[in-house]
Amino acid sequence: MKQAQYTIHGINGPVVKVVGGRGLAMMDMVSVGDEGLIGEVVGVDLDAATVQVYEDTAGLKPGQPAAGLGAPMAITLGPGMLTNIFDGIARPLKVIEERSGPFIARGLNIPSLDQEKAWDVTIHVKEGDTLSPGALYASCPETPLILHRCLVPAGVSGRVTKAVPNGAYNVTEVLVELTDDRGRVHPLKLSQSWPIRTPRPMAERLPIDRPLVTGQRIIDTLFPIGKGGAAAIPGPFGAGKTMTQHQLAKWSDADIIVYLGCGERGNEMTQALEEFSELLDPKSQQPLLNRTILIANTSNMPVAAREASVYTGMTIAEYYRDMGYHVALMADSTSRWAEALREISGRLEEMPAEEGFPAYLASRLAEFYERAGYVRTLEGKEGSVTVIGAVSPQGGDFSEPVTQNTKRYVRTFWGLDRALAYARHFPSINWLTSYSEYADDLKPWYDAHVGSEFVACRFQLSQLLQKEAELMEIVKLIGADILPEDQKLIIETARLIRVGFLQQNAYHAVDTYVPLDKQLRMMQLILKLHSGAKEIVSRSIPLSQLKETGIFEELAKMKYEVPNDHQEKFDDYAKAIDEALRQVDEANR
Amino acid sequence: MRLEYIGLSELSGSLIALQGVKDVAFDEMAEITLENGERRYGRVILLDGDKAVLQVFEGTKGISLENASTHFTGKPMDLALSTEMLGRVFDGVGRPIDGLGEIFPEERRNINGSAINPVSRKYPRSCIYTGISAIDGCATLIRGQKLPIFSGSGMKHNELAAQIVRQAKVPNQDGEFAIVFAAMGVKNDTADFFRRSFEEAGALSRVVMFLNLAADPIIERILTPRCALTAAEFLAFEHGYHVLVVLTDMTSYCEALREFSSSKGEIPSRKGFPAYLYSDLASLYERAGMIHGRPGSVTQVPVLTMPNDDITHPIPDLTGYITEGQVVLNRELDQKGIYPPISILPSLSRLMKDGVGKGFTREDHYDLSNQLFATYSKVQDARSLASVIGEDELSELDKRYLAFGDAFESKFINQNAADNRSIQETLDLGWKLLSMLPKGELDRIDAKTIEEHYRADAWKELFTPKKG
Repeated sequence: MKQAQYTIHGINGPVVKVVGGRGLAMMDMVSVGDEGLIGEVVGVDLDAATVQVYEDTAGLKPGQPAAGLGAPMAITLGPGMLTNIFDGIARPLKVIEERSGPFIARGLNIPSLDQEKAWDVTIHVKEGDTLSPGALYASCPETPLILHRCLVPAGVSGRVTKAVPNGAYNVTEVLVELTDDRGRVHPLKLSQSWPIRTPRPMAERLPIDRPLVTGQRIIDTLFPIGKGGAAAIPGPFGAGKTMTQHQLAKWSDADIIVYLGCGERGNEMTQALEEFSELLDPKSQQPLLNRTILIANTSNMPVAAREASVYTGMTIAEYYRDMGYHVALMADSTSRWAEALREISGRLEEMPAEEGFPAYLASRLAEFYERAGYVRTLEGKEGSVTVIGAVSPQGGDFSEPVTQNTKRYVRTFWGLDRALAYARHFPSINWLTSYSEYADDLKPWYDAHVGSEFVACRFQLSQLLQKEAELMEIVKLIGADILPEDQKLIIETARLIRVGFLQQNAYHAVDTYVPLDKQLRMMQLILKLHSGAKEIVSRSIPLSQLKETGIFEELAKMKYEVPNDHQEKFDDYAKAIDEALRQVDEANR
Repeated sequence: MRLEYIGLSELSGSLIALQGVKDVAFDEMAEITLENGERRYGRVILLDGDKAVLQVFEGTKGISLENASTHFTGKPMDLALSTEMLGRVFDGVGRPIDGLGEIFPEERRNINGSAINPVSRKYPRSCIYTGISAIDGCATLIRGQKLPIFSGSGMKHNELAAQIVRQAKVPNQDGEFAIVFAAMGVKNDTADFFRRSFEEAGALSRVVMFLNLAADPIIERILTPRCALTAAEFLAFEHGYHVLVVLTDMTSYCEALREFSSSKGEIPSRKGFPAYLYSDLASLYERAGMIHGRPGSVTQVPVLTMPNDDITHPIPDLTGYITEGQVVLNRELDQKGIYPPISILPSLSRLMKDGVGKGFTREDHYDLSNQLFATYSKVQDARSLASVIGEDELSELDKRYLAFGDAFESKFINQNAADNRSIQETLDLGWKLLSMLPKGELDRIDAKTIEEHYRADAWKELFTPKKG
């Protein structure tokens, strides 16, 4: 790469002015100062360019050199990313630890991928083949779960003029050479580079028609998200955003999880790293880490790298999507990213818009969420990137700009609720403010794969919860005792739904993950009790008689008692319901 | 040769600007000598060509464009460190003020520190017993955690922080305890209260104090927590101490930051605080933790007073997003005479779930605390209903909840400032209180645990007058 030389003129926190030429282009990478700190051009005027530096700038001096690297901020993609943990600009944190100890030093120029490790590579082309973008030329098993498939990058095509035999190769060795029409030779390796702010191309977008199954009842049942969709989890601190994100990362049925800790706590990332290494995937019985990539740019790491981290995460997600995998990107938290934008915008002395955020906040959010999608890849396979972004609204107030602008670009909204969290009702997703626009799109899938009752049950469940909310307004004023019996029943059933179904214990071995068929059985039992009870109440028998049988409490605890692989136990509950109804019935004959 | 720049080109607030400087680094320290021989210290905060802008820690009072000469030291702000610091008192920027002279440094370190690599962190799991039921039982403090106290002016946060420091102990004690105390903008008597409190506990020789009192320069206040945390990291990660850091009052710190930011002419964000308040607070709070292969730990208990008791104010709000939970004090409880006036519902310890239970405290701990939260939250519903329809009209069950709520506040939360309850006492107390409610109401605990611990009418023991 040709390096043009410039000189540092001024320093203001992470924002550095360089002078000495006009060759720098917007978003070009720049190496700054004697230590070679990495930065990116964010503004250019006649005599100076403004660079945002991804590392602490203490110690930089005017007059020190700066070098333009002639290309926009890009990361290297290839095998070895899974199971790894990176900072916001894709530097491997474990290698940083080896180099600089437990505290992160500056100016470490470390390649993202292990350069030495040899992979067991199968070559899929031979000399004379003509390849176009998206064609598979090599593959290697990256983890026991994931086959890494190397595809010809966008913009490159030609005839294979050299191909190595199958064998062990590292990421720097040339495996295949393509010669295009004009005679230029393109070397292809296990790894390739991609600019993080440019979406990776695809053949076409496909409609979203299948859910990302998460094993979390309130999500799968009431507010599902489609594979390739986008969801937001806003909530005040302590409401359980990170907890929910961890649960989704652990249990959702994506092939690959990219977990992005953007401006959050260091201990949380340590915990994620520990837990994902220990927990086994319910399907494959492999450690979850084998399908996970962690990106940790904690709140005390440089703010400019935090801004870049969401693009790094997205680019990695798209890269695996292009191999034909279903990828879920958990971004925790997008508000910290927005705040990084605000912080840098302030340093650039841009005119602030709402709440001090820059005016381009909405368009940046849109660009980010629009990179989600269910697609046909260049190779012709199907793959998807699902984005789940946590939002940390200031003061827990959902009317602030980040929440409001995010709402415009996501179709699933899981609003977390402070009152529910205070009562230790988790996940604290409020069923009255949340919504999913995918619910209707996914109906055919649920009908075909779980049963047509599923959507009908869901509808009844949300009806009951809705009615309860209306009744609670009255209860708050006059107390529950005065309500007619049929309305008391609605309150009682809704309580059962809240405690026995919506509430889910992430620390309970059985309850932490619940497959769809079990969710359906639970709904059916609750509704069975409800309709039986309705019949009894309609004969003016007081509801308290049925409550005294203890059947409501029993059903509330079935979530802990029925293992996922022994669902025949539900038959006992069905019998218990019949028995309770019979008892009350007989007592009133 | 000592290079001095004579005179200044501009003065504004606590900032001075110099023209024509060469070879000066961002964040470098400078000494400013006035004509009368007075020496002040400053730090480079902006460089633009040959112009440098410095913040002067002691303020610019008495400085003119002509009477000052500036010398750049060639290094960033650092702190002399040694185990001799234990038992000593320093000002807000780390200069000894107890008259015992300079310390002999083992090492000097940049006070800004560097971020702990997330892969080097050890996930905190061992709890610290504070002897305070509301904390031990419901928001357990974990070694390596950052757990702030959200308070309001006039409430007993200082007493609570002092009690935590006096009573804190770890099961299976390994390594020594040390306390780093940083006062930022607090009154002289508050600092004195802490000093006496440490003295009474016989802990003074294990305390390092950094005092930036209310009348001290605000620029120094910005450096105070950084000095304190640098000392804490040094004691913890070089010498294996388990360091408890008390930072009070973070609200004064943030206000100092705002004052400084506006004097630099920065674009203000929420309530006039700078846009980087989150990153700035994170650079302090994230310095808590434990590291693989190093024996010590840094645990932070920052104290902040919520302006107008508003938890959505930017300072508590951003703090809560960074720290691992919070202990929230409540004025209503305070007025009822309950000490510590900890409001259970918004209080939370994020690391609690991994540090309590079997092998740590007691198997039933986590479920029990969940049940107490859930039950106490129903008390609030019953209370608001009672305020509308009157207590007499409530159902039997709601009345029981009301009674539980009052007993929970007066027996569980309320305790004497000298009362050091063991974890067993706290948990048993919780079970006794829950026995005021029918078994069927305990929906957060599985049947087996209820069987083991629930004794009907056990609560009556709490209300029988003591014999003798």
